[in-house]
Amino acid sequence: MAELSNIPARLPEDLAAQRQVTSRAKEYSLMWQAFRRDPLALISLVIILFFIFAAILAPVITPYAAQGRGDPNILEKFKPPSMKHWLGTDYLGRDVLARILYGARVSLSMGFMVVIIAVLVGVPLGAVAGYFGGWLDNVIMRITDMFLAFPSLLLAMAIAAALGPSFTNAMIAIALTWWPWYTRLVRAQVLSLRERFFIDASRSIGVSDLTIIRRHVIPNIMTPVLVQATMDIGSAILTGATISFIGLGVQPPTAEWGGMISDGRIYFIERPWFAGSAGMAIFLIVLAFNLIGDALRDAADPRTRRIVT
Amino acid sequence: MYCQGLHGSLVSHANPDNRRENRMRWFDYLLRRLIMAVFVLISVSVITFFIARVIPSDPAAAWVGSHPTQELIAKARLQLGLDRPLWVQYLRFMGDLLRGNFGVSVRTHQPILNDTKAYLPATLELVVVAMIIAVIIGIPLGVLSGARKGSWLDHSTRLIAIAGVSLPIFFLGLLLQLTFFGKLGLLPLGSRISNDIALNHPIHVQTGFYLVDSLITGNWAAFRDASVHIILPAFALAIFDIGLTICMTRSSMVEVLNEKYILAARASGISERAVLFVLALKNAIIPTITVIGLSFVYSLTGAILVEVIFSWPGLGSYVTNAVLSIDFPVIVSVTLVVTVFYVIINLILDLVQAALDPRITLN
Amino acid sequence: MNDSILTVEDLHIHFQTYAGLVHAVNGMTFDVRRGEMFGLVGESGCGKSVTGMAILNMIPRGGKVLKGRILFEGQDVLIRREEQKQDIRGKRIAIIFQDPSASLNPVFTVGNQTVRVIRQHMPISTAKARQRALEMFDAVALPDPERIFHAYPHELSGGMQQRIMISMALACGAELLIADEPTTALDVTIQAQILALMSDLRQNQNISILLITHNLGVVAETCVRIGVAYAGMIVETGKTNDVLFHTQHPYTRGLLAALPGLSNRKGSLQSIPGSVPDGLTPLKGCPFYSRCPSAMSVCQQQIPPMVDIEDAGEEHRAAC
Repeated sequence: MAELSNIPARLPEDLAAQRQVTSRAKEYSLMWQAFRRDPLALISLVIILFFIFAAILAPVITPYAAQGRGDPNILEKFKPPSMKHWLGTDYLGRDVLARILYGARVSLSMGFMVVIIAVLVGVPLGAVAGYFGGWLDNVIMRITDMFLAFPSLLLAMAIAAALGPSFTNAMIAIALTWWPWYTRLVRAQVLSLRERFFIDASRSIGVSDLTIIRRHVIPNIMTPVLVQATMDIGSAILTGATISFIGLGVQPPTAEWGGMISDGRIYFIERPWFAGSAGMAIFLIVLAFNLIGDALRDAADPRTRRIVT
Repeated sequence: MYCQGLHGSLVSHANPDNRRENRMRWFDYLLRRLIMAVFVLISVSVITFFIARVIPSDPAAAWVGSHPTQELIAKARLQLGLDRPLWVQYLRFMGDLLRGNFGVSVRTHQPILNDTKAYLPATLELVVVAMIIAVIIGIPLGVLSGARKGSWLDHSTRLIAIAGVSLPIFFLGLLLQLTFFGKLGLLPLGSRISNDIALNHPIHVQTGFYLVDSLITGNWAAFRDASVHIILPAFALAIFDIGLTICMTRSSMVEVLNEKYILAARASGISERAVLFVLALKNAIIPTITVIGLSFVYSLTGAILVEVIFSWPGLGSYVTNAVLSIDFPVIVSVTLVVTVFYVIINLILDLVQAALDPRITLN
Repeated sequence: MNDSILTVEDLHIHFQTYAGLVHAVNGMTFDVRRGEMFGLVGESGCGKSVTGMAILNMIPRGGKVLKGRILFEGQDVLIRREEQKQDIRGKRIAIIFQDPSASLNPVFTVGNQTVRVIRQHMPISTAKARQRALEMFDAVALPDPERIFHAYPHELSGGMQQRIMISMALACGAELLIADEPTTALDVTIQAQILALMSDLRQNQNISILLITHNLGVVAETCVRIGVAYAGMIVETGKTNDVLFHTQHPYTRGLLAALPGLSNRKGSLQSIPGSVPDGLTPLKGCPFYSRCPSAMSVCQQQIPPMVDIEDAGEEHRAAC
């Protein structure tokens, strides 16, 4: 009794989704297409770009650059938002908008750097662990588990406290709590990749392991890593702000959003604008990154992509 | 990490005849997980040791605190055995820990163990209440949102959920204070009970959980007061959890509702309410348990921040004050204690998940 | 046809997808007589499963009935109100699916699931429902019903799972059973058992069965009448013997020719050239036109009507 059909059985709406896309460039272009159709994602992208530009151009945009950097201006303290100071002034009289702009530099660079370090450390470790297996895999995974056993904020706090409060130390501390997630992610991806034939095929013609990793393994796992990294930038910014809020990161008078909230906390009920602006800034950026990450993830998965190929 | 479904179960074929064998395997699994947990705890202690003794440039000075004198430093150096090789130091460190000697807080000058015992119940109470709120609100919303995928209910719930996890907890706390205390005058600014109650209707402390203690001693005034004080901080803590729970339950529900057995159940006429809240939910909740574990972690760390904002006298305040006064022994010890908690909770959650899902046979 | 328990009349269903409008069912017409097993045969994608779900008023999302009627016991199923729909599902019309392991909820015992279905439709106590469930398990020839009652789906074999599905389907006294590829996921020997079981049940309990499958061999054994579906419509229908041995429609001929015969091992397998239309573009003429060896120009312009074949056994009709 023969099977009579030459199209696999699917519900009609899957007909378009079932066609496979092979080339990676086409894959990225499809992702971009899907991403483009999500209005929330586009708005988020605009917000993020806006903050990046604001951060880079901070000294140029604001007339209160010195205050942004920290110089106090006691005579003008506690002024609510006005035409002269769009977001008002803080408890030392510094223009809040300038502080926000300068704070953007710190927070954004913290977020990006943490994720970059975490990726640079975690991805190769995960690839090696997944690819070679055996005792190497075991060792790497045990170390990863050790780090993951800690609640990450506490671990970051403890390391930052041990190193001494500063921007760099906070960055290192947070990155140290972040890399294990990438190792795990990449290892799982590599393990499933290993099942596919072309790895064995390459090895059988004598290509060296490292080349295989470089040329075949890493490019194929980049998409989930990219999606995760994008979402993580927001979280890293949030964690950085939290560490500074507690007092372990950037030290005053350098502007930093978490620090601004901490400073403005006791005045918040009566004069909410300086802590409030910082809080809203954090919220907007983290929200934007989360929405983008969500949209990216939907765009990367062919099932949820909803595009006709 | 946010709105992704989790595939937790390891499907393996069991046989009803092997029930007794299954029970044996349960104990086996339990034992193995316990051993693994012990291993994890040991490695946690190693890392903590590193942080406490190896990373700081002058561990003795760090240990002594913010106003180190030469004399104190020398004493500390001897006490900590810093001249000895590392592994000896580690053994000393572990020995101290196991005897309950976490060192003395530089700020309060109390043994840290005592301080911890005093502050821990406050934090636990906060975290538990927050998680209860999160579950009660989050799961039904997640179920409904997943069932009506694509509707406005779904979109708005998802947006609220994502917003919930994006908002910094400390900022949210401030906003809640501003609204409910500053503008509306409904709820107190902070701390666990008001001075009035503390003086006139003091709580007879047995467990350390004010809500529980006031209830079992029939101290209604104190109970009302404690409840009113816990609302805002618990809510601030819960918002993040709620966002997480909604996301997880929703995506879990979406996956489950796509399954054939839900279609079959609907085709056999089962009411939609039973389909959603019994048949689908029991499947969807299994990965959600893992999430509740995750949220417990976030709660632990979030509690630190909430306690600061609301002046809640728990471990979080303790640790943050330690940071401000560079009380290094406290930071290290609290990290250790909380992590131990965390490991134990994860173990319990794993076991609960295994118990709930009949497919998992404990490999 | 007054003793038809189910009549599908000129059913048209389309789906709104992001790829466009897909015409899944284009004028499907057939009927199932009381107490008989009717086979709806066709390749994947010919709309037979969608029709099956439409009978229960459970068309997948995005699907809409454009026109046509489905008469069950004389009443149009498609225009019923919601409560009435639920009244039919599981109670008067039941359905079993292709993969029984996927159709059973993995976290509840099969006994629990069966009792739930029973109690949904019959106002009896749990104990009585349990008893009835055990009776049903017995009726489908399950060994040791007591033990199976407390088992989880993954603890049972495929054949046992399908028997459970059948017993759940019939537990409330359904008059029509729709079996959507019930044996495709099972071993050949188990297939035979399940088919025999279904035949027995049909005879003993006078249930009508609509068997949906792509497998000609299955219908040849069990069904008295069959309908051959292609691209959302019936192209040939009639008594099984007539359709298989006095085939009229070129598509049916192609299907039969494609079967590898056990006797003639020589020669290559014949397949029908071309592929099934994807349903996105509505067709004016016969949907088989592009692949038909005996196509004429008129075939491209109009959909051929179903005509009775004279000199054949009764009711043999083909659209050609």
